[in-house]
Amino acid sequence: MSKIRIQIMLCSGTGCHSTGSLVLRKALDEEIEKQGLAEEVVVIETGCNGFCAVGPVMLVQPEGIFYQKVKVDDVPELVTEHFLKGRPVEKLFYKDPADKKRIPIMNDIPFFTHQMFRVMRNKGIIDPEVIDEYIGRDGYFAVAKALKEMAPEDIIETVKDSGIRGRGGAGFPAGLKWLFASKSESDVKYVLCNADEGDPGAFMDRSILETDPHAVLEGMIIAARAINASQGYIYARTEYPLAISRLTIAINAARKYGLLGKNILDTGFDFDIEIYEGAGAFVCGEETALMRSIEGKRGMPRPRPPFPANKGLWEKPTILNNVETLASIPQIILNGADWYADVGTETSKGTKVFALTGDINNIGLVEVPMGTPLKTIIYDIGGGIPKKKKFKAVQLGGPSGGCVPAQYLDTPVDFEEIAKVGAIMGSGGAIVMDEDTCMVDMARFFMDFIQDESCGKCTPCREGTRRLLEILEKICEGRGEPEDIDTLEELSAMIKESSLCGLGQTAPNPVLSTLRYFRDEYMAHINEKKCPAKRCIPLLEFRVDENLCKKCGLCHKNCPADAIIWKKKTVAVIEKDKCIECMTCFDKCRFDAIF
Amino acid sequence: MAKLTIDDLKRIKESARRNLALRSEKGVIDILVHMGTCGIEAGARDVMKALLDETEKSGRTDIRVLAGPCGGMCGVEPTIVIKSDGAEPVIYQQMNPDKIQQVFASHVQKGEIVTAFVKAPETTGE
Repeated sequence: MSKIRIQIMLCSGTGCHSTGSLVLRKALDEEIEKQGLAEEVVVIETGCNGFCAVGPVMLVQPEGIFYQKVKVDDVPELVTEHFLKGRPVEKLFYKDPADKKRIPIMNDIPFFTHQMFRVMRNKGIIDPEVIDEYIGRDGYFAVAKALKEMAPEDIIETVKDSGIRGRGGAGFPAGLKWLFASKSESDVKYVLCNADEGDPGAFMDRSILETDPHAVLEGMIIAARAINASQGYIYARTEYPLAISRLTIAINAARKYGLLGKNILDTGFDFDIEIYEGAGAFVCGEETALMRSIEGKRGMPRPRPPFPANKGLWEKPTILNNVETLASIPQIILNGADWYADVGTETSKGTKVFALTGDINNIGLVEVPMGTPLKTIIYDIGGGIPKKKKFKAVQLGGPSGGCVPAQYLDTPVDFEEIAKVGAIMGSGGAIVMDEDTCMVDMARFFMDFIQDESCGKCTPCREGTRRLLEILEKICEGRGEPEDIDTLEELSAMIKESSLCGLGQTAPNPVLSTLRYFRDEYMAHINEKKCPAKRCIPLLEFRVDENLCKKCGLCHKNCPADAIIWKKKTVAVIEKDKCIECMTCFDKCRFDAIF
Repeated sequence: MAKLTIDDLKRIKESARRNLALRSEKGVIDILVHMGTCGIEAGARDVMKALLDETEKSGRTDIRVLAGPCGGMCGVEPTIVIKSDGAEPVIYQQMNPDKIQQVFASHVQKGEIVTAFVKAPETTGE
């Protein structure tokens, strides 16, 4: 026991780094030293807290006081008032947008109260770079149990009984995958971790790796024991420098302790892990492409079967699990299958991590029990839509997924239920869109991404996605024809059916799901040459509606090109030759008067 | 570092837990030091330091030493409040490092209140 009475858990995830937590750390250390509190008050950097929207954030323990948007200028006051005199600084508390009340205690903030932390149980509690702190939270005891007390069959049985399904997107039961690989005869087998997170707007895997890297390593060791593998690889994209750095530190520390390498925990079991940095191709998240990439070849998928459980990396039996799946394993081993399966729905057990982003107040990382309605995630945890705008849809599963419109917000988080409404659970990306989003344009955005990321190996995906994009661009530019809708649908069906891998098979989903729910927007673009959400620039006239204009001058004041003529009590006029079509006036006008 | 055995793992866990206790476990005994300007003027910082010394020496991880704002008892500062699980909070007045040693040894360690230092109910305010 030391003399430390206050531990400041400063978020040091990528989100808070970018809002300034590193300079804040320095300022805190200096001020604490200056005020003679260095023996009593200590700053500890943790992984992602999850509440990225209000970063940099810190949690002051043992009181549990949560500070948000802390600036270097706040530091002297914080140290004097709170750490020295015991008067928490109210202006840095979270302010509830609903009733404007300040909430001091983290667990009272709605963003946190509706969550359940299992995969992220160590977030904000441990320093991810200190292995002893992970061990202090029961870390590596699941490995001890799996190696000492359990036969490989018991491990597989437990994982199977827990009902955990792959968190990478497809939702295949993890225990079954392990069972198949365990039955494959071979003296060399591999355990792979898929950390090639590529969906636009998704950051679940990155945050887990930054927050609790040892949980992933532990999951891999247990998987290795289950199928009798001696080598593992983590395939992480090179754009994740902080995650890779923390993983490297974790692997080295685990090796030093003999938790990786030969004769782990003196049980005679050998297993080691290496990181393979991918260049960031979306297709390398597909399992066969990922394996080819590790082999040093160009990342392209191959037909299955043979499945990786029989012939995977270097033609050897291989299991590939997602970061979140692997990070869940130690808890399942320690607490048992029943404990895990106690939470969730009939077919989807446990919790799910979502990266909540887009037009939503509380952008961040959230973990909820399976079965939680989407509404709870968006409104109670996410705090709803900013600027009093209306919710339009949430895109689940990134470019491979689909959008869920307002009328289906009661849909629970469950693999089957989400599929029923035309989206997929995916890896957990949730992009919220407000009424100002044009759904045709959204489909165009994802198709642009997909055709760019298509590896080109099979024709339906390579050519098909490009043709889909062309048609969507045509519609957005006002050149759409009625038959384009049929072509989109026909082509989408063909691509789904005949593409080689998951990327192509799911590529048309954004088109199909927007057509399913927002067909009228497509029709407006095609028939009336209008974009109802006013986002498609070629379909806008950049004129002011005289009847709707309230003559407030807001457009005039905000126009960066001085292209709007306005005097008090007159309707604003946009000068076409000066206008740069930047959309500022559309965003500023409160009366929807510009069209 | 030699390779760990399961016993080593348990040992590391135990020592790490002490460091983690402040952030992950609930305290059994909260000791609040009133650190208002009047408190600091009367020596609350020394009282705080003495408390932290005693806590460190005791090796206990279930004690939280907290700073609190002025308690409105400016005439009898430094004051501390000891709150144990399930017991009424006890306020001690005019503390100094010597008295802290006695209070810690008796009240915190053995659960015996040091009545001589307990704040009398009538002494409120200046």
